[in-house]
Amino acid sequence: MDVAPYEWPAHQVRRALAAGQVSARKVAESALRRIDEVEPAVGAFLHLRAREDVLADADAVDAAIARGATLPPLAGVPAAIKANMCMRGVPASCASRVLEGFVPPYDATAVGRLRAAGAVILGATNMDEFAMGSSTEHSADHVTRNPWDLGRVPGGSSGGAAAAVAAGEATIALGSDTGGSIRQPAAFCGTVGLKPTYGRVSRYGLVAFASSLDQIGPLTRDVRDGALVLAAIAGADPADATCAAEPSPDYEAALRRDCRGLRAGLPVELLGGGTAPEVRSSVMAAADLLAELGAEVDECSLPTVPYALDAYYVIAPAEASSNLARYDGVRYGRRAAGAADYVEMFGRTRGEGFGPEVRRRIMLGTYALSAGYYDQYYGRALQVRTRICQDFEAALARFDVLVGPTTPSPAFAFGEKTADPLQMYASDVCTVAVNLAGLPALSLPCGFHNGLPLGLQVIGRAWDEETVLRVAFAFEQAADLTRRRPPLLGAGRMGG
Amino acid sequence: MGGVGAPAETARRWQTVIGLEVHVELATRSKMFCRCSTAFGAPPNTQVCPVCLALPGSLPVPNRRAIELALRAALALRCEIDPDCRWDRKNYHYPDLPKGYQITQYARPLGRGGELTFAGAGGASRTVRIRRLHMEEDTGKSTHEGMPGGATGVDLNRAGVPLIEIVSEPDLRGPEDARLYLQALRLLLLYAGVSDVRMEEGSLRCDANVSLRPAGSSELGALVEIKNMNSFRSVQRALEYEEGRQAAALDAGERIARETRHWDERRGITFPSRSKEEAHDYRYFPEPDLGAVGLAPAFIEDTRRSLPELPADRQARYEALGLPGYDAGVLVADPALAAYFDRMLRAGAAAREGAALLSVELLGRLNAAGIGVDSPECRVHPEQLAALQGLIASGSISGKIAKDVLDEMLATGSDPSVVVQRKGLQQISDQGAIGEAARAAIAANPQSVADYRAGKKQAADFLVGQVMKATRGKANPGLVREAIARELG
Ligand SMILES: [Zn+2]
Repeated sequence: MDVAPYEWPAHQVRRALAAGQVSARKVAESALRRIDEVEPAVGAFLHLRAREDVLADADAVDAAIARGATLPPLAGVPAAIKANMCMRGVPASCASRVLEGFVPPYDATAVGRLRAAGAVILGATNMDEFAMGSSTEHSADHVTRNPWDLGRVPGGSSGGAAAAVAAGEATIALGSDTGGSIRQPAAFCGTVGLKPTYGRVSRYGLVAFASSLDQIGPLTRDVRDGALVLAAIAGADPADATCAAEPSPDYEAALRRDCRGLRAGLPVELLGGGTAPEVRSSVMAAADLLAELGAEVDECSLPTVPYALDAYYVIAPAEASSNLARYDGVRYGRRAAGAADYVEMFGRTRGEGFGPEVRRRIMLGTYALSAGYYDQYYGRALQVRTRICQDFEAALARFDVLVGPTTPSPAFAFGEKTADPLQMYASDVCTVAVNLAGLPALSLPCGFHNGLPLGLQVIGRAWDEETVLRVAFAFEQAADLTRRRPPLLGAGRMGG
Repeated sequence: MGGVGAPAETARRWQTVIGLEVHVELATRSKMFCRCSTAFGAPPNTQVCPVCLALPGSLPVPNRRAIELALRAALALRCEIDPDCRWDRKNYHYPDLPKGYQITQYARPLGRGGELTFAGAGGASRTVRIRRLHMEEDTGKSTHEGMPGGATGVDLNRAGVPLIEIVSEPDLRGPEDARLYLQALRLLLLYAGVSDVRMEEGSLRCDANVSLRPAGSSELGALVEIKNMNSFRSVQRALEYEEGRQAAALDAGERIARETRHWDERRGITFPSRSKEEAHDYRYFPEPDLGAVGLAPAFIEDTRRSLPELPADRQARYEALGLPGYDAGVLVADPALAAYFDRMLRAGAAAREGAALLSVELLGRLNAAGIGVDSPECRVHPEQLAALQGLIASGSISGKIAKDVLDEMLATGSDPSVVVQRKGLQQISDQGAIGEAARAAIAANPQSVADYRAGKKQAADFLVGQVMKATRGKANPGLVREAIARELG
């Protein structure tokens, strides 16, 4: 084999294990060696589990294989988890000082299911503090670098997860997507990122940012892995009242190499004036390819979508202002020293503990919910949200999927947008509407510009991840872009 | 009474308007949004989990049983039910509020527009409208007890305990009415099986809104909220004090400030609290972690049908059976007593006489011994008491003998017929035997006979007494009287 196991997609790991061509320990050692090599440059992780713990998990998989046990779908697959998901015994800091020292006593449902599927967890990945950001520059710990260009951001907030998968450190990762936090870094890092339908994956154990928008999903090397990971983590959970009882189909079985009989809409609003020319041309080329694959492609309109960003930046901070109220220094995490009373302790803990972006959003959200302003801001934003849902519903009555860019531009340079929060918020323009409507959407590479990956977003009907995955898979197979790897440190190879 | 009485002329000048907000703990074994126990009195922070500790990532899951009990309460109060009612977040910061918000119902409560009818001050029937009934979770408790160096301890055992809040319209017109309403509400919830309603354990808590307005006016005066009233008696006392305080201030031409005041049980006064709760902006918004409560019409109907007979219906049924209102009320006020009485009725007891036997004779003895009717130590079963009443009714024993029989029944647990037989207490109703005893008494007391003949009719009473004495009280007094009259006649 000419490609080291760390570069394999998960389905290849499974095949090789089943065929006895490799051991889970070898796969894990390969990933750990890769981490040693590139992590100092990339900085994808906030916390790495002890080497011996990782290898012990891999050995357990090998022992199961030796016993002749049926291989679970992600057996021996090295996985990374965004640091806002609880894992028993691994710090879940959310890249915030306010959660310093907090080690969850329980597993998030999605993490538990990933473990049950045989994945070998490597550690917790870097992110924007409490998932608030689009570049991972708002991590209280360190920045993560884009493996395609170390001078650029990996996107965010699941920037560490996307970078780890792109750099070969982890085969798969779990991220969370509130306004694009899986899809945007996937696009910037040239990986596949899937935000499932709201309610498809349990949020139990995901540290809440905006509860009505948050959804856990996979970041993977290719579409098939996305289907595998989604199948492992999806499904009803009695611990999450918003997690649907909807049955989870066999997503892998939905993958087909053509788009015959499918209708794909191109919403004109997603290709608005702010879209970079290279993004526009690559999305148009992707649309042509989908047509070649048998899809009926036509333009369509989502008239309310231009207001999505405004509605999102009221609703998400409003929910966040309430969700983050629990970080008061009383029960866990950081507590400001030497305070005379509760009010002082509370104020100082939060003042020291939260970074400027989190503080800004808490203030925005608190204001939007205040008596006298509720109707004007929060109430209004909910009305816009309803209209956006109706727009999508109408468009998806005509089309099976909608396609467009994931981001208006490729990955930007460090510091390019940190000075102006509104500029940073604008990078979510193509993704937030999908969260407001609760729909499934996937980003996959559709081209490169100056060596930087560009992302194609495929949006589907609620609960219809199958069609999204089918379209993405057909495109991926025809475009043959997901096998390109970043030209990073000692990994000079392109493809396999 | 409170320190400041309300003089009669003041009472004529001002009308008191009271509305009550009552929090009731639902009788569930587990909390509203997690599976932790709700048991009272456990060591601090032993009934907690990631959800009620508000650990990052934890999520609430509604307790179906709590929702069912809340629905029972709403139905018992004749509320209009919102099958699509929602959860909201009430945001504020306090060390014993772990999430920094309380999950409650704000815009769409479970119930609206109910009513409760009860016997108000002076026995007059009063109907108080219920504005709303909603579900929420309790907070934890802050304590300084046993904490080193003035530190504050937080106990989260209570955090997340399921509550309902019942808000009345300002329909109450005085402190006594308020207490009677609260007691009627407690009884209703007890009957409906919604709560243990133990005020001393905090499973029923009450805040009051009090204002005074010129008699005849229909506008509300400045609202004063009274907190910390921990018993039915303290509710009435606090409101009497507050009524007097406000009347005196208004009489003196002062304005009443809209504020929250605390009741000081020991000093018998209310005082302004420095709580930050006033003018607080709770920033309510829909709870995104929970969908609509979603009550199916069939579930609402099943719950409605499963409600037992409620106090007002039971009162009406007893009165229809001929019980005086007061006597019926005594039985209805104690569900165990009423259940006992119902078993007596099923065993064939006459309502009026059975009720008297129960609430005067049996209850008197049990109360003296500190035993409840539903306690295993009460050895007289309802069916046995009904049988005793039957023996009296049939003339087998006299009412006087019945008391002795009851004592024996309590001591031994025996059936009344067994006691009567064993002790030879059967009433003598045999005409021949009674006639013979009457003749014997007349023969032995010629002076009384002479007195009777001379017009002293009460001399006959003496002769009846002699017969009763001779038969050790067992002779049927009516028959004895007839026999004496006949023999003297
Ligand atoms: Zn709990």
